[in-house]
Order: sequence, then structure tokens, then C-alpha cells
Amino acid sequence: MSDIQLPERLEGVEPVRSIRTFASLTYQYTPGRAASRFLKEVERKRLVGQRCPVCKKVYVPPRGSCPTDGVATEEEVELGHTGTIVSFCVVNVPFMANLMEIPYVGALIQLDGSDIPIMHLIQEVPYDEVHMGMRVEAVWVPDGEISHTLESIKYFRPNGEPDAPYDSYKENA
Amino acid sequence: MRDVAIISFAQTKHQRAVSDINEVEMLMPILGEALDGAGVKKDRVDFVCSGSSDYLAGQPFSFVMSLDAFGPWPPISESHVDMDGAWAVYEAWVKMQAGKADIALVYAYGKSSPGDIRKVLSRQLDPYYLGPLWVDPVSLAALQARVGLEAGAFSAEQMAEVAAASRRNAKANPYAQLSGDAEVAALLSEPEFVAPLRKHDCPPISDGAAVVVLAADGAARELSEHPAWIRGFDHRIEPHALGSRDLTTSVSTKQAAAKAGVGDKPVDLAELHAPFTHQELILRDALGLSDGVSINPSGGALCANPMMTAGLIRMGEAANRVTNGEASRAVAHATSGPCLQQNLVCVLEGE
Amino acid sequence: MADQDVLRAPNVVEYPFSRTTGPVIGAFFTALREGFIVGIVARDGTVIVPPVEYDPHTSESLTELVEVGDTGEVRSWAWVGEPLDGQPLGRPFAYALIKLDGADTPMVHAVDTGGDPSKISTGMRVRAKWLPAKPAGASEEEQTDPKGAVRTYREGHILDIECFVPGGQA
Repeated sequence: MSDIQLPERLEGVEPVRSIRTFASLTYQYTPGRAASRFLKEVERKRLVGQRCPVCKKVYVPPRGSCPTDGVATEEEVELGHTGTIVSFCVVNVPFMANLMEIPYVGALIQLDGSDIPIMHLIQEVPYDEVHMGMRVEAVWVPDGEISHTLESIKYFRPNGEPDAPYDSYKENA
Repeated sequence: MRDVAIISFAQTKHQRAVSDINEVEMLMPILGEALDGAGVKKDRVDFVCSGSSDYLAGQPFSFVMSLDAFGPWPPISESHVDMDGAWAVYEAWVKMQAGKADIALVYAYGKSSPGDIRKVLSRQLDPYYLGPLWVDPVSLAALQARVGLEAGAFSAEQMAEVAAASRRNAKANPYAQLSGDAEVAALLSEPEFVAPLRKHDCPPISDGAAVVVLAADGAARELSEHPAWIRGFDHRIEPHALGSRDLTTSVSTKQAAAKAGVGDKPVDLAELHAPFTHQELILRDALGLSDGVSINPSGGALCANPMMTAGLIRMGEAANRVTNGEASRAVAHATSGPCLQQNLVCVLEGE
Repeated sequence: MADQDVLRAPNVVEYPFSRTTGPVIGAFFTALREGFIVGIVARDGTVIVPPVEYDPHTSESLTELVEVGDTGEVRSWAWVGEPLDGQPLGRPFAYALIKLDGADTPMVHAVDTGGDPSKISTGMRVRAKWLPAKPAGASEEEQTDPKGAVRTYREGHILDIECFVPGGQA
């Protein structure tokens, strides 16, 4: 595009190369019925998944449908506050600004009684000792601070149980 | 060419705000209804294509989550258009023409209620010259309407007649958001909203979703006694800049109609995606529809306008009327972009 | 489930983007910063304002930028009685298609008639109301707030023209 012909008044003038196009949009977000039910149970310090009526798998957090069968999941199933690490990563990049000291461990945790893992933090253990199959438990924020968010669980930590057998979580590994 | 037909259609009851369910929960019941209507289980669906816009939800890649309503495991063949679902039907039709699918499912959804839809839709505009001015779609349509009014292409009375006819037709449509008997004189006595447009010239703000099932050749004949065959299909686009277009007409609709063969045989009815009253008048003219053609028997987008979905609904409504024998040849139209920038025309016929 | 059982939360999505302009759109904004308006000559000799990179009819590259007037004529207008947050004026105004003198295509911008819809009509003459030029030595911070809601000086932006106002001789 070097053959652009400018009017005389623009010859030799420092050109504009970019413009600022700031935009902001405000929404009212609704997580829907299933996720609202789940989050309201979190407020009561309970973790409640939903079971697919066809394949019987239990999903948490529930989205209201089974991704395999495309049907509504309505039966509620209370889950344990303990689970098994299905996979994990050691984070050495400060994505979270200064909220987290690096390195920290993010993990997929299959809660006891559910069939898909949730994502959460692992703490109170050196990062290089975290491993697949490790048994962990939820550490909740103080009761007065619990609200309808998964941040009501501060993190998970090893609960001292022996590792879960691979077969118990291999479908999600 | 393979013969491809719409064999099933389902839609939600459109409302101003469906605020207690998310998109997956909104889609799930009608996906089931459309599959039941086609008489197939989801494992017979070879291809799924959807239309939606992340800006409506304020969530990047929100369409990926919507797939949970269908059930994408084990993995499915799938695609998405950031367009009205009518364009997703076009993609599915092309896929079927290529022999890659015999049965396809297309869905579209739009919840406008979470945001301010006029501000959200201003983001579809060119980001240099128009976006920073936050020009909203009602204002753009009003600019177009005044050009037509002052050129004598149509009158405010004709525009009000479109609104009255749409609401009257919608009385027979249980899914419509607006319906009723409105007198043209009473409509014209209402104050202007974004002049020269009055509220009745503008679509309602809607939350809703729709699904169609398509089948090709033998599969269509096996599954449906009266398939609505797609006999012509085309879409065309004009420049984005309003200054480069003749706003009193729709050249792209004329071109798409010619390519789809609209004028080759008589048309019984047309479902036109005209969110604003004057746009229906422009489209009727551009499609060359005679006075005897039934226009928007469903009530059209002026009676329910779920974004990214209202065009797909036009196809479903037209197909239903071919399937039930009300029409032997119907035209379905969908639009996208400001002031009818892009237009899709589909001709549906019975046996 | 009753509606009140469903959670809701505000969700603000911000797009703090800068966009590169390329030489054609860049020239238009450079001219705005300098206080005048340019268009581009299409293959058929017509002048398109604001300029586009490619001919809308032939899709050939367009290269010849020419100065047009900052006065013109209203070709259509839409009266915005209740401006939305972010729109160019806080009081009732019109969006208009304005054909500038020397241009062949109209452009979209705002027209301020002091909130009075009886003071605009198709065919009416209007002129650009410019922001002042940036004084030598003005800092970036003085230029605009980061969100662009308040503009003080011309910087190369469509809102260097605050709006159009009635007036302007042909």
C-alpha cells in the first residue's frame, strides 16, 4: 500500500497508526437453575451433583444436562468433601497476579460419589509431592465467610489416605 | 444436487426475559422435541450446526457450552456460525450436498435479556467509524426508514399496517411474544420512539431458541410423509457502509431471490425476517411477491425476535406450512447486519 | 423453580482495545487530528467518505485520498430522544447521514440541535464541531481518560468531530 496518494496537507505529517476503541458492556449473568441449586448448596457447606437418568453418571458442578445423552439431570446426589487427584499442573507463571505464590498446584479432583472432576487448588503439600491418585479433602473458609461460590473452598489438601487405585479414576485421566 | 428437506421444527415460547434458566436449559427441551418430531435419536444425526453470538451472553465461546444440551459425547461432527441459525442451515445443506451427512440438526438461540441489546448490537459495526459512536440498530433502521419515506418508497401508514397485520397473524401463534388487534390509526397516534420509527415499527426484545432437523434423499422420505424440500437456497451481502448502499431497496435480497429461483413459479406464502416494519415492505418488493402471497402468517420478527434465531424460525415456520399442506411453495428469508446488509433466501416446496 | 431461587450477578465485559488503522483509515484519522476531512476516490471517480480500502463495486485497491469539506447536507436523520450511555451526546440528538461537500457518499455522525427535533430536517446544512487541537506539551493523560468517555483534544478519532451542528455555507 505504498502507492497511497495523500492530499498535500498530510504530506510529511506524522500518521495516526492506531486508535483506542475502548468498550464496556454490562450484563446480568444467570447461571441457570442447575448451577444455582449447586451454588446454594455450597452456601450450606454441601456439595451436590446431579445424576443422568440414562447413563447414571453424576456431574458436578451440574450444568443441568448430561453431555453424553443430552437429557436433563434432575436427581441430586450429595458428594463427599474428599476426592482423588485425577490430574494436576504446577504453575510457575503468575497468572493470578499476586494472589498466589508460585509455584502452586492446580488439579482436577474427582469428588467421592461423582463421575467428573472439578478444578481446584492443592495446598499444604510441597508441589513436587503432588501426584495422580492422591487422596485430598476440601478446606473450607471459616463458616461465616461461606457463600454461593466455589471460593468457599479455600483449597484441597492431602487427607492422609492411601492413594486411590488407578481404575477408580482412569476414565477421567 | 441432493434433495434436502426440513423434516422437523421446534421453538421455545419467546419471552422478553427468560431469566431463570441458562442457554443449555433453554435448548434442551426443544432439541428433544425436534428429534422426536423427526422420529430419530441423536445417534442418527450426522452433523450438528448452530448459530449464536457470544456478545449476547457476554461469554467468549459460549456456544461450546450450549452443545451440552445436545450431548456431544462420544464426539460429534459439529460446526457453528456467529450468524443467525438460517446460515447454519445453509452450512448444513452444503455439508449434505457434499455427501457428508444424511441427517443434520441445526439450532440457534439468543438471550438478549442479560445485556442492553441496543448497546450490544452496536458492537457488530465497523469499529473505526461507527463503533465509537455507539450507533444502535434502532437508529440505523430509522435512518433507513426516513430515506424510504422521503423517497416515497413507502408510507408511515403502510408501516403501521405491517405491524397490525403481524400482530393479528400472531394471534394464531402460541410461541409469539406479541399479538393482538391493533388499529392502524391508533398505532400512528403513538409518539415516535426513534423518529421516524414508533415502537410498533421495532421488534420486541426476546429470549428464545429454535431447532430444525434436515434430512437428505431417502432419509427424508423414510422419516417424513411430507418433507419440506429445499428447492432454492442463496445468500448475498452488501457493503457495510450505509453510504455505499441504496437503502430504499435490497439489492442483495433481489440477487439471492433470483439465484434461489423465487420467481420461477408462484409463491403461496413467505416468512420474512424483517425486524422493522419498513424492512418488510422493502423485502416484499425485492422478492417480487404479489399481493396474493400470505406474508408472515406466524407474525414474523415483529412479534418475536430472538437474536440469531428469528431467521431460523422463518425457515421452520415456512417448512411447517409446506408439511401441513397450507402451502405448496413457500419462501423463507433471513437477514443479518444493519439495515438488511446480508440476506438469505430459501425456497421450500412439497412433493 | 421459582425465579427468586436462581442466582444472578452483574458481569461487566470490557474491551480495552487499540486497533491498527492501516494507511487509508489512518490517513482519515490523521486528517481529523489536523482538523480536516479526507475521502478516497473510487474507480468510478466518486469520492467515498469515510474512506474505504477497496472499491465497493470492483474490489480494486483504492489509493487516492482527497480533502473534502467539513460542511455538508443532512440526507437522513434518526431522532434519539433518550440517548444510551456512551452515545455522542447526553441530551436528545440525531444520528444523521451527512453528505459532506466534495463527497459523493454520506457518512454517519451525530447532529446536535440543542435537544430540539424541530431544528433538523433532510437537506439541512450542517458543519463539523471540532474538538480543539492538542496544545504543544500536553501530556497523554490530559488527552483523554483511558476509557475514552471524556475527550479534550483531537487525537485521530471519529469523535475528534464532537458532532455536527446546523450551519455551514455551501
